[in-house]
Amino acid sequence: MSDAASLLDVDGLQAWYGESHILHGVTFHVLPGEVVTLLGRNGAGKTTTLKSIMGIVGQRTGSVRFDGAELIGRTSDQIARAGLAFCPEERGIFASLNVEENLLLPPQVRPGGLDVAAIFTLFPNLKERLRSQGTKLSGGEQQMLAIGRILRTGARLLLLDEPTEGLAPVIIQQIGHTIRALKAQGFTILLVEQNFRFASTVADRYYIMEHGRVVEQFANAELEANLDKLHEYLGV
Amino acid sequence: MISIFGIPSQALFGQLLIGLINGSFYALLSLGLAVIFGMLNIINFTHGAQYMMGAFVAYLVLQYLGLNYWVALLIAPILVGLTGVIIERLFLKRLYQLDHLYGLLLTFGLALIIQGVFRNYYGSSGLPYQVPELLRGGQNLGFMFLPNYRAWVIFFSLVVCLGTWFVIERTRLGAYLRAATENPTLVRAFGINVPRMITLTYGFGVGLAAIAGVMAAPIYNVSPLMGEDIIIVVFAVVVIGGMGSIMGAIVTGFALGLIEGLTKVFFPEASNTVIFVIMAIVLLIRPAGLFGRAT
Repeated sequence: MSDAASLLDVDGLQAWYGESHILHGVTFHVLPGEVVTLLGRNGAGKTTTLKSIMGIVGQRTGSVRFDGAELIGRTSDQIARAGLAFCPEERGIFASLNVEENLLLPPQVRPGGLDVAAIFTLFPNLKERLRSQGTKLSGGEQQMLAIGRILRTGARLLLLDEPTEGLAPVIIQQIGHTIRALKAQGFTILLVEQNFRFASTVADRYYIMEHGRVVEQFANAELEANLDKLHEYLGV
Repeated sequence: MISIFGIPSQALFGQLLIGLINGSFYALLSLGLAVIFGMLNIINFTHGAQYMMGAFVAYLVLQYLGLNYWVALLIAPILVGLTGVIIERLFLKRLYQLDHLYGLLLTFGLALIIQGVFRNYYGSSGLPYQVPELLRGGQNLGFMFLPNYRAWVIFFSLVVCLGTWFVIERTRLGAYLRAATENPTLVRAFGINVPRMITLTYGFGVGLAAIAGVMAAPIYNVSPLMGEDIIIVVFAVVVIGGMGSIMGAIVTGFALGLIEGLTKVFFPEASNTVIFVIMAIVLLIRPAGLFGRAT
């Protein structure tokens, strides 16, 4: 499935946590400017796929090519400097840093990131809370901070792990709006979601994962035709 | 003669001054331990030996190179910090995934080796180190006599402690350190070279011990065992303040020096044990330490 024009090309990716073999050869690609969603049940390997791309799982083999360059074998700080940014499922807001320090923490890895004013346009709430301790924010504000802070870095590919988890519908709408705005600004986004209703409002294409493999893929236009299959895979 | 609570004021202020001096060293040393523990999760039992090495650098560069106290104050932390960088790269970095006990055993073993080597060459009786010329003499404050060098120790210790606090709590670099203390994996995934930051943090913490060592040289003499004597008390200070708390280490260091001084005036028999009694009480009431965050 390799495509010469892909921004991200994952091929036969395997990963282990200690003794447990989690990914058994994951293969997919993301084109520049696309929003691609990994769907699947809990434990299917979606989060591990993102972490393997970022180089933060113990052991991995196979190939992850970003913009033509191989990332397997690089450390996670080197991978980030290649132009990828990761927003973890648990959001990773630092309790010992205030909102402003959290926002300014990730260093700029390439030119072309959003400036702070543009981030406040996307997330006006953050501007009011700059001096607050990072973890004193509401869940929705923490998610906005977690996404906002990786927009400054100049990374072209954003890896978002379940950005809607545990959030109120109105906040989920705002996150969806943000993802579409980011796509319009040229960001490429790889999204992990359980909530395919939400994913369908932002994604161009889907890959379905099961037991550490990609088992199915289709475009957003094919979503309705694939609903039965989707229900079966997701068990909803 | 004026007296306070039946104690001659000369004696009271004299002991308070000694307490403040000791507190200056407790604060500097426990600050280094706190910085190292926060970032490396290792209890650096080599700290006392590194403090001693700082004092020896001052002694040796004076003996063999004719370099004075002020130069020593600059190069001792750099040299000893470099040995810390080597220790971290060679040994400590292999221990982060393991139980605390391994770090404790390794750093304790290193301390014994370093102290043994120095004792082999320099014996265990202290070597004298002169107070720098600029700071000889003292001020008569009316109620007490304040030697200039002791005033300098208190002043400079405060400057170094508060400077370190400022860098860690108020700057971008400090934000990296605090964030990496909480979640090193994520900070690294943002593109920051966390292993290098850890190495430099250890070097810095060790450098703080060396600064304390240089400052101690004119007061306590230079002896291979000087670190062993003070480090036990400093560990009690760190436990009282709370492992990993920067301001906690500084405040507790000075406060316990003062309490120890006061105890010498009012109940001299307890002066050697008062810090450990306080430690036991704090551990009963607040196991995470006065400034520590319960985890």
